[in-house]
Amino acid sequence: MKLEIRNLTKAFGGLRAIDDVSLAFSSGSLSAIIGPNGAGKSTFFNLICGAFPADAGQVLLDDQDIIRLSKTERMRLGIGRAFQVASCFPTMTVAENLMAAVTAHVGQWSSISRRFPPPGIRERAGEVMELVGLTHVANVEAAILSHGDQKLLDIAIALALEPKVLLLDEPTAGMGPEERWRMIERVRALWGQRKLTLVFIEHDMDIVFQVASTIRVLCYGRVLAEGTPDEIRNNRAVIDSYLGTEVHAA
Amino acid sequence: MKVGPALRDVAIAVFALIVVLAIPLLHRSPAFEDFVIRLSAMALFATSLNLLVGNTGMVSFGHGMFYGFGAYAFALMMQMTDVSLPIAAVLAVLITTFAALCVGAICVRLGTDYFAFITLAVQMLFYSIIISWQSLTGGDQGLRGGIPRREIFGFELASQLHLYQFCAVVTVLGLLTLRHISVSPFGQTLRMIRDNEHRASFLGIVLWRARLFAFTVAGAFAGLGGVLAALFVSGAYPELADWPNSGQAIFAVMLGGISSFLGPVLGATILLALNDVVTRFTEYHGLVLGSVILAFALGFRRGVLDFIRLAWPGRLR
Repeated sequence: MKLEIRNLTKAFGGLRAIDDVSLAFSSGSLSAIIGPNGAGKSTFFNLICGAFPADAGQVLLDDQDIIRLSKTERMRLGIGRAFQVASCFPTMTVAENLMAAVTAHVGQWSSISRRFPPPGIRERAGEVMELVGLTHVANVEAAILSHGDQKLLDIAIALALEPKVLLLDEPTAGMGPEERWRMIERVRALWGQRKLTLVFIEHDMDIVFQVASTIRVLCYGRVLAEGTPDEIRNNRAVIDSYLGTEVHAA
Repeated sequence: MKVGPALRDVAIAVFALIVVLAIPLLHRSPAFEDFVIRLSAMALFATSLNLLVGNTGMVSFGHGMFYGFGAYAFALMMQMTDVSLPIAAVLAVLITTFAALCVGAICVRLGTDYFAFITLAVQMLFYSIIISWQSLTGGDQGLRGGIPRREIFGFELASQLHLYQFCAVVTVLGLLTLRHISVSPFGQTLRMIRDNEHRASFLGIVLWRARLFAFTVAGAFAGLGGVLAALFVSGAYPELADWPNSGQAIFAVMLGGISSFLGPVLGATILLALNDVVTRFTEYHGLVLGSVILAFALGFRRGVLDFIRLAWPGRLR
């Protein structure tokens, strides 16, 4: 699914967190969003998925404007997201987390006519678990999972809703270097298998330049630059304001 | 053959019911029967509260209002109309359910702390109405004059044994229904809200609707407990709807264990038993009760049943 953002604006008090941002993510693309802290990256995600209303602008999903829809309606249309701080249900096991997510997705969250999980849910949850590689911890409570597995579970919960567009807010946050690469390889594999339009926020420039096919740079709520890894790497404005001298031209 | 979990629950319920019903056939003890009748009301009351506290993470300090509401609705209907007892009981529960829906509609949108405060406030309001509407409720004297015990299906509820059997059956059925709700997809949804309401809302769950439903169901079963209480005391008293009564239910829940379905039943049993035993020896039963609860809270750091389940490797639910 194609995701297009037009003239999106959001202010918190006097601060323009997102200021007239227009970006397009073509169907099946894998893009990274980078930018300094406070650039508005997470706010950008929140506006796309409808966590809070935008002041102005449009969010188009396959040319349908969804800006007035609730986050539930947007989710039903195919926008999924995972969070910067892994967000799951800590007292439930991994399997229960995913079964609960699938149950909610099929609209049975308020059912009292049968026992949890409803028929067929266990299998679908199992597929997602397999996909992200959490089957070996299926019966472990989410609270005692490793940090990396919690992040994976968060993504798995998002995948359980069968999104077409997946927004990942720093999938590798708080991980060691090796774990980061394992995580991002897994994300890339998911993207390929599920034909997702995937957008991720990332601070590790090595990962960004290796993985993403296009990169968008946000700075103070505005789009500073967009392009291929090579274009971004050599972009004067980006180097000055964000990359500094850390990244050597390769 | 592997027995399905739903069947297991029913089997446990039937077994418990048979045991409770068999005891008076072997040995009549008015004190014990009294105890079970009071326990049945308290068990429904506390377990319904735990649907809010344990399952959903909504700490209501005003749950007693629905207990009182059920008791008054039932007693008044029995005194003022000619409807038969089961119909009065069903109607009383339905009216209580509607009351819970109305109160819930105001309360459930508030955050945790304010939810606790406002439930308490509504309860105090309800209590004041009972006290001041003397012509209807009898004010602080309560509804006197007893409840006409009409015979139902050859049951004469004026007889203690029949009341005992009636309460046992109603309570077991009520608990079984609550159990069914708590293990349904909806029960799981409540746990999601308790664990992480933010994430739950991103899965398409309408938080206020789920909370309101839970609040209403809990109110309904508290009302059913109130009906049993009204039968036991042959009337209704404002104390049933007062806040210390809500506190009793919270004690029962905390004492027995919020994460175990039967925790509140165990808590109610301990609380009632303690109360009965201690009041026999001293008038300072509050002091003893407080100390025991303190010992439980500091010693186990969780409800008794939760503690046992955690210590037990089999992980009973």
